[in-house]
Amino acid sequence: MSDKKLIYDGTFDGFLSSVFYVFENKIKAATIENEFVAQSGLFSKEINIITEEEKANRVWAGLKSKLSARGSYQLYYAFLSEQNGVENVLLDYIRYAFSNALNVDKDFSHPSVLKIAQIAKMVGREKHRMEAFVRFRLTKDAIYFASVEPDFNVLPLISKHFKGRYADQKWIIYDIKRNYGLSYDLKKVEIINLDFPAKFDFTKTDDNFFAEQEFEFQKLWQDYFKSTNIKSRKNMRLHIRHVPKRYWKYLSEKQPD
Amino acid sequence: MSFERTQEKLKILADAAKYDVSCSSSGSSRTNKNKGLGDSSGMGICHSYTEDGRCVSLLKILLTNHCIFDCAYCVTRKSNDIKRAAFKVQEVVDLTINFYRRNYIEGLFLSSGIFKNADYTMERLVSVAKKLRLEENFNGYIHLKSIPGASDELMREAGLYADRLSVNIEIPTEAGLKKLAPDKNRADFIKPMLKVKNEIVQYKAEKKIIKSTPKYAPAGQSTQMIIGASGENDFQIMQTSNYFYKSYNLKRVYYSGYVPISYDERLPQIGSAVPMMRENRLYQTDWLMRFYGFDVSEILNLQHQNLDLDIDPKLSWALRNLHEFPVDVNTADKRMLARIPGLGMKSVYKILNARRFKRLNWEHLKKIGIALNRAQYFMVCDSNQFERRDLSAEKIKGLILQNSTSKYTKTLSNQLSLFG
Ligand code: SF4
Repeated sequence: MSDKKLIYDGTFDGFLSSVFYVFENKIKAATIENEFVAQSGLFSKEINIITEEEKANRVWAGLKSKLSARGSYQLYYAFLSEQNGVENVLLDYIRYAFSNALNVDKDFSHPSVLKIAQIAKMVGREKHRMEAFVRFRLTKDAIYFASVEPDFNVLPLISKHFKGRYADQKWIIYDIKRNYGLSYDLKKVEIINLDFPAKFDFTKTDDNFFAEQEFEFQKLWQDYFKSTNIKSRKNMRLHIRHVPKRYWKYLSEKQPD
Repeated sequence: MSFERTQEKLKILADAAKYDVSCSSSGSSRTNKNKGLGDSSGMGICHSYTEDGRCVSLLKILLTNHCIFDCAYCVTRKSNDIKRAAFKVQEVVDLTINFYRRNYIEGLFLSSGIFKNADYTMERLVSVAKKLRLEENFNGYIHLKSIPGASDELMREAGLYADRLSVNIEIPTEAGLKKLAPDKNRADFIKPMLKVKNEIVQYKAEKKIIKSTPKYAPAGQSTQMIIGASGENDFQIMQTSNYFYKSYNLKRVYYSGYVPISYDERLPQIGSAVPMMRENRLYQTDWLMRFYGFDVSEILNLQHQNLDLDIDPKLSWALRNLHEFPVDVNTADKRMLARIPGLGMKSVYKILNARRFKRLNWEHLKKIGIALNRAQYFMVCDSNQFERRDLSAEKIKGLILQNSTSKYTKTLSNQLSLFG
């Protein structure tokens, strides 16, 4: 018997709706795929899943009652990793969770539990790095704007942090890779899509868009960064481990003079 | 704010402040109020790292590097021929706010050379913090360095606006201090420390009765000692440290390997190496005291006055106490699990959780991500494959070093990579 292949819309609710479908129809062998990556298989039967919030919420509530708070957020984190095939590891985990009377989220001898914990940890690290490495630049419209390119889809995870911290300034954090951003207007955070001018360079502080004093503060920060270094303790290997090179292009302190 | 003038001052006054190692910005509980700016209720964040690998989380500067004192180990000392500068209160406020708004920093760490006298200097430090809180509605982190000899009234005010206060004792023993900092006097450090401690105690008591009691130094106080400038051994250093933790409820003691900055005969000469490994071992010992249930005398005592540089202090302790091992991972209590070399607290919790499901053997341990290269010699588990042989301490040490040379040379970095 071939696998049933469920295709969903890429959202977390869509994924949970797929899980609902698997359980409702008691499907033994299923794979779940995001519609953006799915390729038609010759021998598998494809089913398109319609995202239904109510079903998704039922699955989520069920999981929350089976797992610790940490366990359920690990599932969500792992989902946001967008890793190829992560849905199937999640499904395996969820089946195990529902079939076991005990809370399984710390049973690391189960391969899917371990795998999800590992992926969630990577996503958690990326979330943390984004909280650290977002660099706002003041635009001429008095909005603090940051461009980022996280490895995983962590914007949903950092929204609360920035809302709590920058309550009195307008800001936008834009994920260039995924082409959407968070925008805070002094009241609430919303998801936005922006059209940028054709030649807009996200790493440059172009004076057509950014406020004049922006250049001064960037320079002060760069100088500060240089002055704090103790040459006799220099350790670039350690430096790069903490600040991986892929982030450098958006860090003001790493811009060329 | 004139950009060029500020730029010049920032270079001088950041450079002079960089030797102070405390950088932590965690442990406070100041949440964003009235839609103001900032929040320091969570864990501190390192927003960047210097090229020497230290966390950058605070704007760490001196208010001025003018100083009437002449401490031999300090670049700011009176007799040093360097450019001097001083920030205006408002300049520091502007820099802090603008850096914070761009998400460069978690807050401010403000220290100062002593100009005129202790109170005159302390008053200015306090007014920076006060302006930030009251005029700018700033809820980010503020760490003020207390000036030795500052009056109780100023220390009280400082604690109302700062999250953390620190007085650096710098030199671990009184004799060393006399030699290197003739203008300083240990009693002058202790007095403000005692005041802050008492204020914190009082705050906690009052808060139980009146909820709205204004916060007092919510992240507590810390201090710093310079290592390798004045000849103390590790036993003396950790004794001092232990004393300060116990007597003044310090949150952290920082250890700073001395970076040679002068040709003074009393000190290691320019060009001599910074004792980074030693510094690292002291942090590990500190960690074992604070989080692993070790008493400092178990690790350092009259028989063992210096930490080993080639192995970490927990392994060193275990090798001297082989009669406490092997530990059975399936039955041992948390305290003993934490004493197994190579097991961090995270691994301990993993074991405690995993063993509720099944009796653990070597395979399980590996699967849940426990690194066994050191631990295996000190534990037994549910396995017929008996891996622990009756080896001598010497032999075990040899095997461990042989299997982990590359790892050990790699950790020759510095403490903050391990303990953040
Ligand atoms: S009092 Fe402080 S700033 Fe002045 S020389 Fe001594 S250590 Fe340096």
